[in-house]
Amino acid sequence: MTPLPALFVVQRLVHLRAVDLAIIVFYFGLVLAIGFYLKRFAETGEDFFLAGREMTAWVAGLAFVSANLGSLELLGWAGNAYQYGIMAAHWYWVGAIPAMLFLGIVMMPFYYISKTHSVPGYLKLRYGSEASALSAVTFAVMTILMSGVNMYAMAVVMEVVLGWNLHFSIVVSSLTVGVYVAAGGLFSAIFNEVLQFFLIWFGALLIPILGLVETGGWSGMVARIHQNFPGRDFTHLWSPMHSFSSNPMGIHWTGIVFGLGAVQAMGYWTTDFLVVQRVLSAKDVRSAKLAPIIGSFFKMAVPLIVILPGLLGRAVLPFHLVPASEVQPGQFKYDDVLPLMLARYCGPGLLGLGITALVAGFMAGMAGNVSAFATVWTYDIYRPYLRRDAPDQHYVSMGRWCTMIGLFISIAAAYVVMRFASMMDYVQALFGFFIAPLFGTVLLGMLWKRVTRMAGFLGLLAGVFSSVTIFTLMKLDPERWVKVFALSPEAKGLAQDMYQALWSCVTCVLVTVLVTAVTKPRPDEELRGLVYALTEVPREEHASLFHKPLFWAVVALILFIVLQIIFW
Amino acid sequence: MSEKHHIIPVWFFVGVLLLVYGVMIFVSGLAAWNNPPPDVQLAELHAPVWWGALLIILGGTYCLLFRPGKA
Repeated sequence: MTPLPALFVVQRLVHLRAVDLAIIVFYFGLVLAIGFYLKRFAETGEDFFLAGREMTAWVAGLAFVSANLGSLELLGWAGNAYQYGIMAAHWYWVGAIPAMLFLGIVMMPFYYISKTHSVPGYLKLRYGSEASALSAVTFAVMTILMSGVNMYAMAVVMEVVLGWNLHFSIVVSSLTVGVYVAAGGLFSAIFNEVLQFFLIWFGALLIPILGLVETGGWSGMVARIHQNFPGRDFTHLWSPMHSFSSNPMGIHWTGIVFGLGAVQAMGYWTTDFLVVQRVLSAKDVRSAKLAPIIGSFFKMAVPLIVILPGLLGRAVLPFHLVPASEVQPGQFKYDDVLPLMLARYCGPGLLGLGITALVAGFMAGMAGNVSAFATVWTYDIYRPYLRRDAPDQHYVSMGRWCTMIGLFISIAAAYVVMRFASMMDYVQALFGFFIAPLFGTVLLGMLWKRVTRMAGFLGLLAGVFSSVTIFTLMKLDPERWVKVFALSPEAKGLAQDMYQALWSCVTCVLVTVLVTAVTKPRPDEELRGLVYALTEVPREEHASLFHKPLFWAVVALILFIVLQIIFW
Repeated sequence: MSEKHHIIPVWFFVGVLLLVYGVMIFVSGLAAWNNPPPDVQLAELHAPVWWGALLIILGGTYCLLFRPGKA
C-alpha cells in the first residue's frame, strides 16, 4: 500500500484566476440546469434508459465518441505519447476506426432491430439467460468500479493541478453527476457528452496550434525531438515495429494488428455497452449505422489534441518527464504532460477553459458509467431475476434510484482506490478480461446461426478464464510467461495487454465452435432478427450516395489508410 | 433533434456555452493586452483575444440557428 502523504505531496501545476473559476462555475451551473430541464422528458423506460430512441445520427455519433474521450484517457494517452511517441496514435486509429466502421455497417443493425436495451439484453435474446447474466453482472460491477476510478483520478488531478482538496472534488463532482443523470437519464448523459466534446476540442486545440508555432511546424518539432533525444524514434507509426526491440513499447506489428485492431478494439467498440448505448439511442436504423461512422471521423482527429501535445512536450519542455513510479519532488510524470502544456500556452481564461474541459471529461466519464450501470442493472438483472412484471414507471424509478446508489458505491470505490493505489491498474485490467471474449461471443452469435446456447455461455466463460489466467501468470512470473504469451521478453505492459486480448478471444471462439459441434442448435424461427442469415437488414437502396452509411464508411477507411501512409 | 418531445436542441446549449466562454475569454484577453502573463509562452500572439472571438462567432451562430421556438 502506498502511504497517503507520498501520494499527495506534489506541487501545484497551475494557478487559477477569477475568470478561470467563473468559467468552471458556469459549467457546473449549466449542466445542472440542463439536467433539471430534461427531467420532464425522461418519463418512460425508453426515455430514461435510451433517451427516447430519438437522437439524430450526429448527436448519437458525438456522444458515442465522447463517451471514450474522458479525461483519464486524455491525460493517460498524452502521457503515453510522451513516453512512446506517435505509436500511441495506434489506439486512436487502427485501435478504433476499423472497429467503429464494423459496428456501424455490420453489427448495429442487429442491436437495433432486436430492440434490445443493452448488450447483455442481446445475449439474452440470442443465447439465453446464462451468457446474459454473466455479462450483465460483470459489466455492472466493472462499470461502477470504473466510475470510482474516474472519480478518484479526477480528484487527484484536481489536487495536483489546482491544489484542490481531494474530498471536495469527489463530493462536488459526484453530486453534480448524480443529480443530472438521475433527473434526465440518458438524455442528460448524452447532452453533457456533446457539451464535453466541444469543451475538450476548444479547450485543448490551442496547445498543438501554439506548439507548432513555437517549434516552426511538424518538421521543426521532429528536429527538436531528435536534438533532445538523439538516436530515438518517436515520430514513426509502423516502421519501428518490425521487431519487439526496435520500439519503446516493445511490441511487434502483429500485436497491434491482431491484438489491438482485430480483437481488443473490436471488443471495446462493438460490445462495451457504455459506448454502444449511445448509438442505441439513435432515432432509426440509418442513424444508428451512421452514428459510429460520424464518430470515426472525429476519432481520427483526436490525436491532434492528445498525441501531438505529448510529442510537443518532448520538443519544447525544458526538463524530462519520468514514469510515475520514479517521480521525485520537483519532477513531473508522463501523465502531467497535458496540464504542463496547457499551463505553458494558456493564460487566464484559456486556462479555465482547459481545466473545465478536463473536469467535464471526468464528469462525463462518471455519468456514462452510472447511466450504463443503471440500464444494465434495471433491465438485465433486476427485471428478469428480481421483479419481472412491474409497470414501466417502477423501472424508471429503479433507474433513478440505482443511479444515486451506483454513485455512492462509486464514491466508496474511489476511497478504496485511494487507500490501495495499485488497485487502479487492476480495476482497469479487470475490464479487459471481459471485453475481448465478449466480442467473440457476440460476433459468432450474430454471424453463425448454428451457435448454441451452451456454446455461447461456455465460450464466454472460457475466454474470461483464459484472460484472467494469462494476466495472472504474466504478473506473477513475468520472466517466464511474458515471452510465452506476448511472444517476446521485450514486451511491455501495453504489448502484453494486446496478446492477452488476442489469446482470450481465440480461446472463446475455439470453445464456442467445439461446444456448438456437440450441442443442438435453436430452431430458425427463434433466431429471426438476431443472426445475419435470418434477418432482413434494411438497405438504403433509394437514398442518394451521400446519404448512404456505406459511402461514408468507405471515405473514413480511405482517410484512415492515408494517415497510416503519411506517418508510416 | 426530438420529434416526440420537442426538446430544445443540444446545439443551442452548445451555443450558449461557447458564447459565454467566448465573451469571458475575449474580455480577459483584452484586459491583459498590455500586460500579458509573464510565464505564458507566445503571449505576444494574444491567443485569448482571437480564440475568444472565434468562440463568440461560433456560439452566437449556434444560438441563432438553434434557438428555442425556431422550427
